[in-house]
Amino acid sequence: MQPLLDVSSLTVKFALRDTALTAVNDVSFTLSKGERLGLVGESGAGKSVTGFSILNLVSKPGFIAGGSVLFEGRDLTRADAETLRDIRGNRISMIFQDPMMTLNPVLTVGTQMIETIRAHKKVTRKEAEAIALDKLRKVYIPSPERRLTQYPHEFSGGMRQRIVIAIALLTSPSLIIADEPTTALDVTIQAEIMDLLLELCQSEDMGLILITHDLGVVSQVTQKIAVMYAMGDTASVVGAPLHPYTRGLLGALPQCADKADCGLETVAAPRARRRLNQIPGSMPSLSDVPRGCPFNNRCELCETVCTTTRPLLEKKSDGRLAACHMVA
Amino acid sequence: MTNQNTALLSLRNVVKHFDISGGLLDQLRLSGGRITRKRTVVHAVNDVSFDILPGETLSVVGESGCGKSTLARTVIGLYRATGGEILYRGERIDNLSDAGMLPYRTRMQMVFQDPYASLNPRMKVREILEEPVRFHNPGISDADVRARVAAVMEQVGVNPLWGVRYPHEFSGGQRQRISIARALVVDPEFIVADEPISALDVSIQAQVLNLMMDMQEQRNLTYLFISHDLSVVEHISTRVAVMYLGSLCELASAADLFGAPRHPYTQALLSAIPRIGGKAAAHIKLSGDVPTPINLPSGCVFHGRCPHANERCMREVPKARQLANGSLVACHGVEEGRV
Amino acid sequence: MAGLLRRFRQSYFLYSFLRDPVAVTSFALFVILASSALLAPVFAPHNPYDGANIDIMDAETPPLWKDGGNPAFLLGTDNQGRDLFSAILYGMRVSLLIGVGAVAMQACIGIMVGLLSGYGSRRLDNILMRIADVQLSFSSYMVAIFLGAIVQMTFGVGRYEQVAVPFLVLVIGLAEWPQYARTVRASVLAEKKKEYVEAARVIGLKPFRIMWRHILPNTLTPVLVISTVQVANAIMSEAALSFLGLGMPVTKPSLGSLIKSGFQYFFSGSWWITLFPGVVLILLVLSINLLGDWLRDFLNPKLYKD
Repeated sequence: MQPLLDVSSLTVKFALRDTALTAVNDVSFTLSKGERLGLVGESGAGKSVTGFSILNLVSKPGFIAGGSVLFEGRDLTRADAETLRDIRGNRISMIFQDPMMTLNPVLTVGTQMIETIRAHKKVTRKEAEAIALDKLRKVYIPSPERRLTQYPHEFSGGMRQRIVIAIALLTSPSLIIADEPTTALDVTIQAEIMDLLLELCQSEDMGLILITHDLGVVSQVTQKIAVMYAMGDTASVVGAPLHPYTRGLLGALPQCADKADCGLETVAAPRARRRLNQIPGSMPSLSDVPRGCPFNNRCELCETVCTTTRPLLEKKSDGRLAACHMVA
Repeated sequence: MTNQNTALLSLRNVVKHFDISGGLLDQLRLSGGRITRKRTVVHAVNDVSFDILPGETLSVVGESGCGKSTLARTVIGLYRATGGEILYRGERIDNLSDAGMLPYRTRMQMVFQDPYASLNPRMKVREILEEPVRFHNPGISDADVRARVAAVMEQVGVNPLWGVRYPHEFSGGQRQRISIARALVVDPEFIVADEPISALDVSIQAQVLNLMMDMQEQRNLTYLFISHDLSVVEHISTRVAVMYLGSLCELASAADLFGAPRHPYTQALLSAIPRIGGKAAAHIKLSGDVPTPINLPSGCVFHGRCPHANERCMREVPKARQLANGSLVACHGVEEGRV
Repeated sequence: MAGLLRRFRQSYFLYSFLRDPVAVTSFALFVILASSALLAPVFAPHNPYDGANIDIMDAETPPLWKDGGNPAFLLGTDNQGRDLFSAILYGMRVSLLIGVGAVAMQACIGIMVGLLSGYGSRRLDNILMRIADVQLSFSSYMVAIFLGAIVQMTFGVGRYEQVAVPFLVLVIGLAEWPQYARTVRASVLAEKKKEYVEAARVIGLKPFRIMWRHILPNTLTPVLVISTVQVANAIMSEAALSFLGLGMPVTKPSLGSLIKSGFQYFFSGSWWITLFPGVVLILLVLSINLLGDWLRDFLNPKLYKD
C-alpha cells in the first residue's frame, strides 16, 4: 500500500554569503495513513526545518536542495503554487508552539474559522459555522457558540492551543504537523493537549508528525520515533535505543537515571549513584559539522570509520533503522 | 517545623505583593458617580513558611505564575518582602539595608535561568568573574584574583584561557557554567538556582545538573532549586515544596512526595509528567484554568479546580499541617481524612 | 592589531556595508566633505577670516565658468569679495564643529538623565521626564533667542564673534538633549530587567556602578544610531539659526550664515553666493542621514525583513 507520506533523502540548505549550510541532510522516513511519528532532537538538529520543508515552506535563504516529499502520491518539492495552496491547511495542517502564530489577534475566533473553511470549501456561512462549532466541540471547548464571538486574547494559553487544533481540523486533513505544540504550556495543560491530539488522531484516522525535544511526550503519543542529530536522523525507538546518541539522550534524563524502566540496560552504569549520564560537548553549529558521522566528536563508540564515512540509515538486526557504523 | 537554630534559612509567613496600578491617574476609577482610587495588586507569594537545612537541596515546583521565581528573588534580596520574615542562620535579613546585606552577599548567591541574558554581553568572561572577587576583597592582589578565578573556572569545566572571550562566543551550556562560576567565586554556602537548566537542551541539562551536584558535594553547598521540570526535581532534591498561586501546598521529602503525594494539586501535577514508556491518559484532569493572582479565590486557592473541594475549602484558608512522616500539607481534605 | 584588522575585514559589518551602494556612496561623500572641511587651511586657496587679503573690489565675482569669472575664485566671491570656495570649506568646518559639539553635549546631559531616570526611583523618573517634556516644548529657536540676548548683553556685540561657537553648542545642546534622555531611558528600562543586572545586584554592587559599568555599555547601540541623525539635525539647526541672524556672525561664517549673506543678492543675479553653500549643506546633511539610516537597519535587522 502506498504510504501517506514518503520523505526520501530530503536535504535542506541555507544560502549564506559564499557557502550553503546544510540544515537537513539526507533525511528519509515514511508515514502510513493514521500513523503517528515523533521527530525528536535538540535545538539546531533541524527538526523544525524538516517539518516546514514537508510543506515546502522553508523561508529564504533556505531551500530544498534534494530529495522528495511524496504526499498521497504527489511530490510536494516539485508541486506548483496552486497544488501547494490546495494541500497546505487543507490536506496537511500545521500547529505551532505559539498559538498566536496561527491566530489573528484582531479577528474573532469565529471569523477566522469560517474564513478558513470558506477558503478551501464552497459552503455558505451557515454551513461553515456549523462545521466550526462541530470542531470546537471535538476539542472540548465549553460553550462553543459563545466562544466563537470572542477574540484570541480572551482565551487562556491552553484554550488557545485547543482553538488552533480546532482550526487545524476544519478541513479534515489527513496529516497534522505539530511543531512543539506544548512547549510553552504548563505540564498539566500539556498533558491535556497531548491527550486531545492522540484522541483526535485515533478517532479521525489522521497522521501526526509531532516535533518536540521532549522524549517523554513523544513516547506517550506516537508509534514511531525518529531522533535527529545535527542535520540527519538517527532513527531509533525509545524502548531499546540502538544509536549511541539516542542512548545518551535517554541516559541524560533524570527519570531514566532514577528508574530502570526506560529500556536502558545497555547503557553503562552511571559513575556515581546520582550522576546523570551525560553526553560530552555540545551540538556542533551548522558551519562546523564534523566529517563522517556528525556525532563522532561526542560519541564513546567512535572508531576510524566514523570520522571518514557518513553512516547511512539502514535496517539493523532487529528490523529498526539506525544510522551508525558501530551498531549491528 | 525544624528547630530555628539548625535551619540555614527560614521563611516565616513571607508575603510578596506587586502593585501594578501605575501612576495616580491610572488608579482613578469612576464608579457610581464618584471617583475612587483603586489599586491593582498581584499577590505573587502569600504567607509561605519553611526552613532550608544546611547541605540539602530544597526544590520549589509549580506551574508558571505560581510565584516560585518571585519567592527565589525575595529570598536572595532582589525583591523586598511585603510581609513576614526571612532569617539566615537565625538573623533577620529581609529588613537589612544594602550595606547591612553586604556580608550576606558572599554567603548566598544566585544562578539564573537564561544563559543568554545573565552574562553582560559587553564584558569579557574574566571581567565578569573577577568583578565579584575584587568587590568583596578590596586590596586583594591581581595575582590572587587571577588564581582564584582560574581555579573556579577549572572546577566548572571552562578552560581558564577562554577568559579573554566574550559571552556570545560560548554555547548555552558553557555560559551556564560561567554563570555558576560567577556565583561560586565568592565562595558562598547557599545558592538560589532559578530554573538553571530549563533553557538548555536535554544533553546539556544533564551536564549542568551533574556539575551542580558535584559542586554541592565538593563545597558542601545548600541549594534552593526552582524548577517546573518535575523529573529533574525528583532526581536532585532532598525535599520538595509544591506551590500553587503563591501558596505552599505541600512540602515533603522527594521520596515521599513523588511516592505518595498527599495534596490533590500535587497528585494532579505528578500524574501529568510525561513518563517514558508509560501509558498516556492516566493523569488526573483538572477543571478550568489557573485563576489570576490579582483576584485570589477565597479560602483554599485551589478549591475552584479541586475534585475534593467542599464548602469549608471555599471559606477557610487551609494551614500547612505536619503529617506523621514529617511532610507539610495545606489541605482541609487531608486534615479531615477525606483525601 | 593585525588580528583586529583581519577580524574587521571578515566581519559582517563590513560585508553588509559594502553590499549597500547607498551606504558606500554616502560614506564616500561624507568622508570627502568632512576631510576637506577639517583640512580647510590646506585645501582652501584663500583664508576668508583674514581681512587683509580680502578686496572689496572682487565682490560678487561670478563662478569661474561664467562671463567675468576670475581663475582665482573657483566658485566666485561673496558680497565682501571673499572666495566662496574657501568660505564654504571654512564654513563647513564651523558647521561640523558645532554639530558634533552640540551632539556631544546633548549626549552627556541626555545619557546622565536617561540613566538616572531609567534606573532610579519612579519619583525621580517622573520629575526628570517632566523636565524633558518642558524642554522639548521650547524650540531651539526660543532657547537661542533667549540665551542669545543674555550672551550678547554680557559679552557685547563686538566680542560675540569669539563666543559664538561655544554659544551655539550650548544652545543646540540644551535644546535637544531630551531625545537622548528618552532613548537611553527606554533601553535602560529594557536592560535593567535582564538577569545580568540582577546578578550584579546579587553580588552587592552599588547602583551607580551597576548603571555605569553594566547598563550603560549595553545602551550605547541606540545612542550611536540617534547620534548620527542628531549631528545632521544640529547642523540644520545651526544653519537655521545663522540664517535668522541668531548664529554665526558674517565675519566668521558657517554654511548657514553664508546662505543668509547671499540671500539678499539672490534676485539681483548673484545666485551663487546662496546656492553653493546650500548645496553643500544639503549634501552634508543627506550623507549623514543616509549613513544613520543604514546603521539603524544594520543594528536592528528585525526592523525590515522581507
